[in-house]
Formats: sequence, structure tokens, C-alpha cells
Amino acid sequence: MTSEQAIVDAIADAARAKEPVLVQGNGTKAGMLRPVQAARTLSTAALSGITLYAPKELIISAWAGTPLTEVEAALAEAGQHLIAEPPDLSALLGGTSQSGTPPQTPVQTPVQTLGGVVAANLSGPRRVAWGAMRDHVMGVRAVTGRAEIIRSGGRVLKNVTGLDLCKLLTGSHGTLGVITEVTLKVLPGPEAAATLVLPGLDPVAGVGALSAALGSPFGVSGAAWLPPEAAQRVAALPSGASATLIRIEDFTESVTYRIGRLKDQLAISGSVVLDTDATRSVWRAVRDAVPLDPAPDDAVWRVSVRPSAGPAVLAAVQKAGVSGFLDWGGGLAWLSGPATTETHLAVEAAALATGGTWTLMRAPETMRGAVRVIPQEPPAMARIAREVKAAMDPAGILNPGRLYAGL
Amino acid sequence: MIRQPDPKPDVMARRDSIVAGLRALLPESGVIAEPIRLKPYETDGLSAYRQVPLAVVLPETTEQVAAVLAFCHQNGVRVVPRGAGTSLSGGALPMADAVVIGLMRMNQILDIDYADRCATVQAGVTNIGITNAVAGDGFFYAPDPSSQLACMIGGNVNMNSGGAHCLKYGVTANNLLGLKLVTMQGEIVTVGGAHLDAAGYDWLGLLTGSEGQLAVITEVTVRILRAPEGARAMLAAFKSNEIAGGCVDSIIASGIIPVALEFMDRPAIHACEAFAHAGYPLDAEAMLIIEVEGSTEEQDRLLEKLSAICNQFDPISLKVSQSAEESLAIWKGRKGAFGAVGRISPDYLCMDGTIPTSQLPHVLRRIGEMSDSYGLKVANIFHAGDGNLHPLIMFDANDQTSFHKAEAFGADILKLCVEVGGCLTGEHGVGVEKRDLMPVQFHAHELEQQRRIKSAFDPGWLLNPSKVFPLTDAQTAELPRAA
Repeated sequence: MTSEQAIVDAIADAARAKEPVLVQGNGTKAGMLRPVQAARTLSTAALSGITLYAPKELIISAWAGTPLTEVEAALAEAGQHLIAEPPDLSALLGGTSQSGTPPQTPVQTPVQTLGGVVAANLSGPRRVAWGAMRDHVMGVRAVTGRAEIIRSGGRVLKNVTGLDLCKLLTGSHGTLGVITEVTLKVLPGPEAAATLVLPGLDPVAGVGALSAALGSPFGVSGAAWLPPEAAQRVAALPSGASATLIRIEDFTESVTYRIGRLKDQLAISGSVVLDTDATRSVWRAVRDAVPLDPAPDDAVWRVSVRPSAGPAVLAAVQKAGVSGFLDWGGGLAWLSGPATTETHLAVEAAALATGGTWTLMRAPETMRGAVRVIPQEPPAMARIAREVKAAMDPAGILNPGRLYAGL
Repeated sequence: MIRQPDPKPDVMARRDSIVAGLRALLPESGVIAEPIRLKPYETDGLSAYRQVPLAVVLPETTEQVAAVLAFCHQNGVRVVPRGAGTSLSGGALPMADAVVIGLMRMNQILDIDYADRCATVQAGVTNIGITNAVAGDGFFYAPDPSSQLACMIGGNVNMNSGGAHCLKYGVTANNLLGLKLVTMQGEIVTVGGAHLDAAGYDWLGLLTGSEGQLAVITEVTVRILRAPEGARAMLAAFKSNEIAGGCVDSIIASGIIPVALEFMDRPAIHACEAFAHAGYPLDAEAMLIIEVEGSTEEQDRLLEKLSAICNQFDPISLKVSQSAEESLAIWKGRKGAFGAVGRISPDYLCMDGTIPTSQLPHVLRRIGEMSDSYGLKVANIFHAGDGNLHPLIMFDANDQTSFHKAEAFGADILKLCVEVGGCLTGEHGVGVEKRDLMPVQFHAHELEQQRRIKSAFDPGWLLNPSKVFPLTDAQTAELPRAA
């Protein structure tokens, strides 16, 4: 689809024919959540390009199909960045195709689009301090299942005019509308960054240190705990021990001052400080879940819990042969393990026991079609979800079944 | 003048049985039906509009809220949720056939969790009450609307309230983790929690800023943040709005994100100075208050950089505070702005549009022209970092013509905001005040889509009626006949 109007026409046609449509950008996230059974495919990938960039107003707009790398490059040129630091999971998710068989030879994985990142509401390490992707979506244009172009929000940073359909569409995985254009709030990138690495802490002590750091006045913008085997996979990290990582991003003098104060206050023996370059490469790895390194057939989950519950999640799933690492101060567990219903139920139980949620990020198609890829809604919200879906997509043609069976 | 539909005659006829039904659900003191005691609930911060409700209920638990909503749902009775009643857009304006659900008795702080940096409180806790509860341990709740001493967190969520420090800390939506809510059908639901990311649809995001259209919120889990080591403000005054606007651009381009970046125009400077004697320069056309955070050395470095930027714009005066006391003095005038304008003019309307910041000089020029043509004075306060503009239009409420002119002037300003790429409301909400302006920003089918989302939650349209959305044809038919 090279124009918004072409998307309108395609949806109108599918709605008339009552034929489901697989909605995607470049399909880099097709391996997560439930598989979509659809006769038709609608891609926004060709609807590409930055439509407005006002660095002084901290605003960028682009068509949904714009490669995220293109957006990031334009921002970098003006010294700005995407606040939520969205991950590039193409390596992680690209290992499993829609059919569930890993490709024999690595193929060139296509780059993710801006629309895909927003539709999946994927956020990286900076989320712990600066908010999720959805927090910075200031405006969207989308085509609903009614084949109507709707706008919500706008191109300004503060806007409470009408219901916030930006947030409803963000993270809806193309089930309520096809996002065609996105406007994001952006911020100046930091002049410098540093990481305090605390070696050898167990998960509880590590998360305790992260909690102390996040509860300090020093503006921590990344807080992760990696077990020894995961730390080993990240160059620039000392090997042989777990790594508790604390990041500061700011002006150079502030970074030096703040990381020094944290090092003194936490007082863990053997701790080291990584410079700006090493910090960038370490957190890129954390962002993209590189420390996970699952076997080709393994399933991958993201579990979001209250930060102090992160260690309990790791402990609970270990018995089922599932392991992983923690980001967001302990509040995000990246997990991988054998792709079976039993392991999935163990992950569900661990998330539920701590009042959190899970997302099945990768698994063979049969498993993705059989398990709850995200938690079930309570009955009242399940009813409202059906009503909202019907309000946006009355024929039920947009990515049916992507989030829940029968929706 | 914004018109409201007539009350439903069948509901008015059943008034006594409705009140009796409510009394069966709540403790004695929880139901108010005597006309004299209903009077305090007839209006909110938009006091030009008044309507005594059918009854007021003051529940103390989520279960009582659920019982009231289920009862009203079964009986087809409209409901208006209310916190402290500080809405500037008429968000809590009652209707004659509606039951007001006042949440002020639900004022308990339920849980404070420093390890996970969140607090769970009931909807009737004041905004400042959250910060007060955690300040002793060095924490705070970031959004700080001007009404923060009085306004309640449930209302903040429903209006997605902002404040002067949004540029760095975001608005309510960005500081929210979970909600307990009651649907119009009386179901109690928890959304989100103490974790950062929810899977599935973003109900939290949709409910935030929904102005009581979707559900009644009874409990809120917010992020609490560790306070910075310190903060200090500076003041810079300039010869024109254009020059001050250019300075704002240069600050943002420098990579510094001040924690606050406030702009005041000449009438606002004069009003605030006369009121607060804060030492504002009276010969300036525009003034910026800039605040930074960090250790004393970090503040020094940032303020030095900011002073250098301001100096490139030929400032009339530049004052960098050397202490917390001097910072307070700089803020004193700005924080007293509403009182200051109230001193000059018996009444004023506080408008709330957002514009792309580059449009500020143009918009202020046009507002100046409108002020001349309407013959009404206006003072402008602007959250310069995020483009949120608050023109204060001065009028005399005893003079109906003056009020109507002020309303028309306000509407013209908001249309201008939309025309230059902005929006009708940055943080006060649509409410009753801007309801009829919604077609300026949205196409008919876009409003229809929003109405359908409302219907998904509240099919009978009983929740906070006749607000946010322009009246439908059916509702317009119920408008009182013109006298």
C-alpha cells in the first residue's frame, strides 16, 4: 500500500467480502502473540517517509511504514533520540517464521517499521525512568475497520481533547485500526553516559541495589540484572559473574558526578564504571535481549511485574527449565525455555503470583495458537474489549485472533 | 452560552423513590437530598454554569460506589462523578436529573511502596496529599496542577492533569500505573497494577483523560519519584514576545531540558508583580522563568549555560537565584497569577489551548488584536516547553454582555490554537465549556468513533452526560425552548 487511500480501499473491500486481513509493516513481529489466519495481507511498509520534524518543538511525524532506523538516524543528526529506546528484536524473533520452522540459513531480516513498534508498544531499558512508547505517541492517523481515516491527538506535547485513541491504538497490534502516521515526542540525546557494573550479586541483592539506585536522586535511566551466563554474552562486561547494571545519561560532568556518588553509596566491592561507548553497546544488547540467547526451538516471554518481584519470577520458572534476565529495575523479566504448554503455564503462574502480566514473544505456531499469549481480561473488561473491537472494526477483519482467540 | 438538555421527566417524577433507593445503599450521612444541602454541589471551577443535582451520594468504599452505579444503571439515572470540584471546564457540572457521586470521603492512602516506587491511594486523596505522604522520605508525585492543594487524584486521572513541570516529568497519564474502577453496570475492575507494562488494550491510557465518560475511578496507583538533590530558578526578561520565543527555541536546541520553562507576557507580568511584589521587570514585554535540578554544582553549571543562551537575546534583565528563597521569590508571582488577575478584574475565564511553540509570537499577536476588538483585557501565561497556553480573559460577571463576549473571545482563541496546528485543551479538559467547539478539531466521523468507544463502556449514556461530545440530534431535541 503506497497511500493511505489505498489502505482505505483495501479495508473497505475486505469488509465487504468479510475476509480477514493480516495487518503488518515488514512483518518482523509476526512471530509474537497468536498467529493470524487471513486470506489477505495489508502491509504499510511502502507508506514511508518522515512528514514533519521540528527539533525545537521536540516533535517528529512519519508514515507508519518508515523504517525505525530512518527515524533514529534523522533524530541522531539533530542530537535527539526516541525516549522509550524501543528494541530491535528482528534477530530474536526472526529465528521463527510464521510457520514455526526456523530458517535453515539466516536470511536478511527486514527492518522494523515505526508503525510496527507503536502498534506493539515496545519499549526498551529507558522505559523504567522515562516512560513507554505509548507515553510519547502524541498523535496518530489510522484507518479503522470501517475504512475511515481517523485522527487522535495531534502534533503538540500536551493534549487532552477528546478520548485518547492514540493510547488505545498503541499496543493494539493492528486489531482496531491500521496506524498510518505517527507523531512522537522526542528529546535531546545525552552528551554522555556511563554504567556502574556491580559484579557477583544474586538476583535479590542485585534488584535491591537497582531499587536503591532508582530511588536515589541521581536520575538512573537503566537498571538491569544479568545472571553470569547472560553477562557472558555481552562484550564489555566482566565475565564469570552476574552483572548488576546501572546507567546514567546526562551532560558529561553530571554523569561523572552521579555515577561516582552511586558507586560510593552502593559500595559493592569489585564494581567498575563503563564509559560512554561501552555503555551504549551494553545497553543496546540489553535492549535487544541479546543476553537471552535462546536455543532455536525455544519459546521467549516478556513478563512485567512489580520490580521487587523480578527475582521471584526467575526462581519460579527455573524449575520448568526457563531462565532469563531482568531489566526495568527487576520489573521486566526476559525469559526463554522449551516451547511447551507446561513451561508456558509455569510462566503464567509466576506472573500471576506476583500480580503481573506476560507476553509470549516467540514460539512455534501451534503453541501460539493454543495458549494464552497474554493474560485473559476480567469478565467486565473482556465484554468491553469486544464492544470496543466492534466499535472500531465491526466486521472483525483486522488481525482477528492476534491477541485473544475469537476477537 | 452553552445549553444543557432538559431533565428527563420520568426520572424527575421518580425522585423520591430514587432517593429512598440510594438511602438503602449508603449510611445515613452518605445521601444528600435536601435542596439547601445540594446547593454546594451545583457548580465547579467553571462557576458561570450552575445546576442543582437530583441528589448527592458520598460513598466511602468502592463497593458502595458499585452499589450506587448498579442502582442508577437499573433505574436509568444519570450520574456525575465529582472529586474536589476544581474543574475549569465544567467537568463536574450536575444535571437536574443526575446523581452526583462525590468521592471526597474516599481519602485514604492505602499503600506506599518505596522499593517499587509507587503508591496506591483512594480517588479522593488530594494531589498534594500524595506528595505530602512521601515527602518525608525524599519522594514526590510529579504532576502538579495549580489546584494541587485541593484537586483530587481521581479528578486528575479523569482530566489527565498536567502542571508546570510536565516538560520533564510528563502529565498524569505518564505517572500512572494502575486503577480500580467501577463500570456503569456496577462491576469492580482492576486495571494495571504496580508493574510498568500491561499486555492487551491500554485501558489505563484510554481511561486517563476520559472526563468521567467511561467509568468511575475509586483507587489509583501512581509512580512516586525520588526528589532531586535541589532545584533553582532563574528569570529572564526580553523586549518582545518574538525574542523570548527565540530564546526558548535555543534552550531546547542546547540539549538542556529544564524542569520548568514558563513564559509570561506583559499584562501577566504586571498583574503578578502588582499582586506578589516578586521583583518582576515592568519594562519587559515577555519574561521566562526557567528552573533546573540537581546538585548545587550541577545547578550552577546549567544556570551558567542558560544565562549564556539568554544573553544572546539581548535580555532586559537576567536574575539567577542564589538560594531556595530567591527561587521561591521568582516563582511567587507566577504561582499567584490567578489571584493576581482576580485582583485586577472581578472575573476571568482561564483558557487552555496548546500550540506548536514556534507559533507563539503569531498567536500572541492575534490574541492582542482580538483583545482590542472585544474590548476585554487578557493576560497570557504559557508553559513554553510544551506549548500549553493559558490566556486569562478578564470580564465582569454582573454584565451578561461582558460574559458572552468573554466566552466568544475564548472560543476564538481556541479556534486559533487549532488553526495553527494545536488543540482545544492541553490540560483542563473539554467538559461543558469546550463541548460545542469539538467539531473545530474533529471531523464528524471522528467524533462518532469516539462516541462509539463511549458506548462500549456506557451504552445508555448515563455517565457524566452532555459533556465532551457535542449533543446528538436526539439530545438537541431535548434542549429547553428559547425564551
